[in-house]
Amino acid sequence: MIGRILLYIFLAAGMAATTFPFLWMITTAFKTLPEALSPSLHLLPVQWQWRNFIETFQAAPFGRYFFNSFLVGTAVTAAVIVSSLMAGYAFARLDFRGRSLLFGVVLATMMVPFEATLIPNFAMIRRLGWYNAYPALIVPWCANAFSIFLMRQAFMALPGDYFDAAKVDGCGHLRFLLRVGSPLVKPALVTVGLFAFLGSYNSLIWPLVVTSEDTMRVVQVGLTVFSGAEGVRLHLLMCASTIVILPTVALYFAAQKNFLESSLGSGLKG
Amino acid sequence: MNILESIARLFDSFLERLDILFDQTRCRLGGDGVLAVFLSAPALLVLGMFGVFPLFHAVHMSLYGGKYGMGRFVGLANYAEALRSETFWHSFFVTVYYAIGTIPATMALSFTIAYGLHRIVRGRGFFRTVYFLPYVTSAVAAAMIWRALLNPQYGLANVVLGYAGMAPQDWLLEPRGVLHLLTQGHVPATIGPSLALCCVILFEIWHSSGFMIVVFLAGLTAIPRELEEAARMDGAGALQVVRNVVLPLLSPTIFFLAIVSVIKAFQAFNNLYALTGNGRGPVDTTQNVTVYIYSNFYEYQRWGYGAAVATLLCIAIVAMTLVQWRLAGRRVHYE
Repeated sequence: MIGRILLYIFLAAGMAATTFPFLWMITTAFKTLPEALSPSLHLLPVQWQWRNFIETFQAAPFGRYFFNSFLVGTAVTAAVIVSSLMAGYAFARLDFRGRSLLFGVVLATMMVPFEATLIPNFAMIRRLGWYNAYPALIVPWCANAFSIFLMRQAFMALPGDYFDAAKVDGCGHLRFLLRVGSPLVKPALVTVGLFAFLGSYNSLIWPLVVTSEDTMRVVQVGLTVFSGAEGVRLHLLMCASTIVILPTVALYFAAQKNFLESSLGSGLKG
Repeated sequence: MNILESIARLFDSFLERLDILFDQTRCRLGGDGVLAVFLSAPALLVLGMFGVFPLFHAVHMSLYGGKYGMGRFVGLANYAEALRSETFWHSFFVTVYYAIGTIPATMALSFTIAYGLHRIVRGRGFFRTVYFLPYVTSAVAAAMIWRALLNPQYGLANVVLGYAGMAPQDWLLEPRGVLHLLTQGHVPATIGPSLALCCVILFEIWHSSGFMIVVFLAGLTAIPRELEEAARMDGAGALQVVRNVVLPLLSPTIFFLAIVSVIKAFQAFNNLYALTGNGRGPVDTTQNVTVYIYSNFYEYQRWGYGAAVATLLCIAIVAMTLVQWRLAGRRVHYE
């Protein structure tokens, strides 16, 4: 019994350490500037300054940044879901020559640091004429090894009976994939989609490198620029951070049931 | 509604036609090669164009000097320069410090929390959800919070130190080594990781523990309860159960996480960039290899040299992964 109580105290302490920065961010976002800058342990604002949020949106074009981020994030997520669903199915269920070699190459790309390919990729974007354009932010991220790997694991985990039954009914691979397969691997699909959106929405270096115009900026770049320009207007900076974090947290809560159900853990083992 | 339905039906019959077509090629060629090419083409095209081809391009580029990689052919001179450069080796050590500072601590902490969550029933889902939160938030926004908390003038960290009767610190702006600060100057200030780098390491542990907790917890859930209970029945203490039953059965998960986190630590960039403003930090003490590549690319336009350093980093990562595979792979127990 005492052990159980101690365990809960330990877990609650860990939770406090995890969430404290966020709580501090939110309360600071509602403070006045002098209040935010006076170092003390008074966490709650004297008066909740709702107009900080209006001021933040006036100080920088966050509306435009959000539009860019959502456009890019949605396109990337849709593309990753389709590409990894198809490739994952092929690697898990189709019988073709060079399958394991090709899959090995796909997995090996995980080891390549993004920064190593940054320079040639940038050169390619320039040559394609995509500098400062949406395709530069979207196309390179339309597939990744981790998603293909997860989808392959999900299809491998399905009992073979489904495939045999479909075959008997005269259902080919493509119709099976669309009609029977995809609903069965939904948790894995949601996981792949969630990670694809988070990866795109939270990315910084690539958008920083391939865009220079303010109208093409995504939120992470916008926030970085904002922090440099605003300096010590700490309350507005925390406001901006709050609104940048909010969509991903909301998405995570919406997706988390599927995400945690998915074979993330067991799938990663093989 | 009707329109949607008929579109769906049309699409379905289209897929049926395709299926029949692929089936015919299958009969003729034996194996699903054609269908496989069709299905994996989008993914492989993107990966090939932006993942594999640039790698060869980088190696090619690394053989040229001058700005923008447009200079003359210099052979392996860029590699020789990197291996002789003090700045390169310094950045390499920053990468190593970062890996040593983040990986064991994150693993131990995450496992402890995951095992704690595994042992409770009530509130497990809630805790798991909350612990995962930092991982979904952007490193940039989270770094803004940490920068404010660690600010020497108005940050909360120094307030807390003040309450504890300790001297305020410069945190992310402090280039001196932690060993120097902890030993009151007995160790030279340039030895070991700087306090700034340690702050980045602490941030990374906070930011990425959630991922490991979720993966550990999934691995723990896959362990049959009876095994733990049987061990306890035989009189094994809690720690003995963890060491002799849980950890061996969890070894595939630990192995996977170790490999992934070494790769991730060697690729770290966003945290450093967002926390220090340029990635290099005070007196370049947080400049790791990836930041070094970025500086050469973005600030000095030395593309050939940057590509050479990038190639060296790739070789280091592949070597690390292979070593782990050889050393730990045989000790992993699969059921």
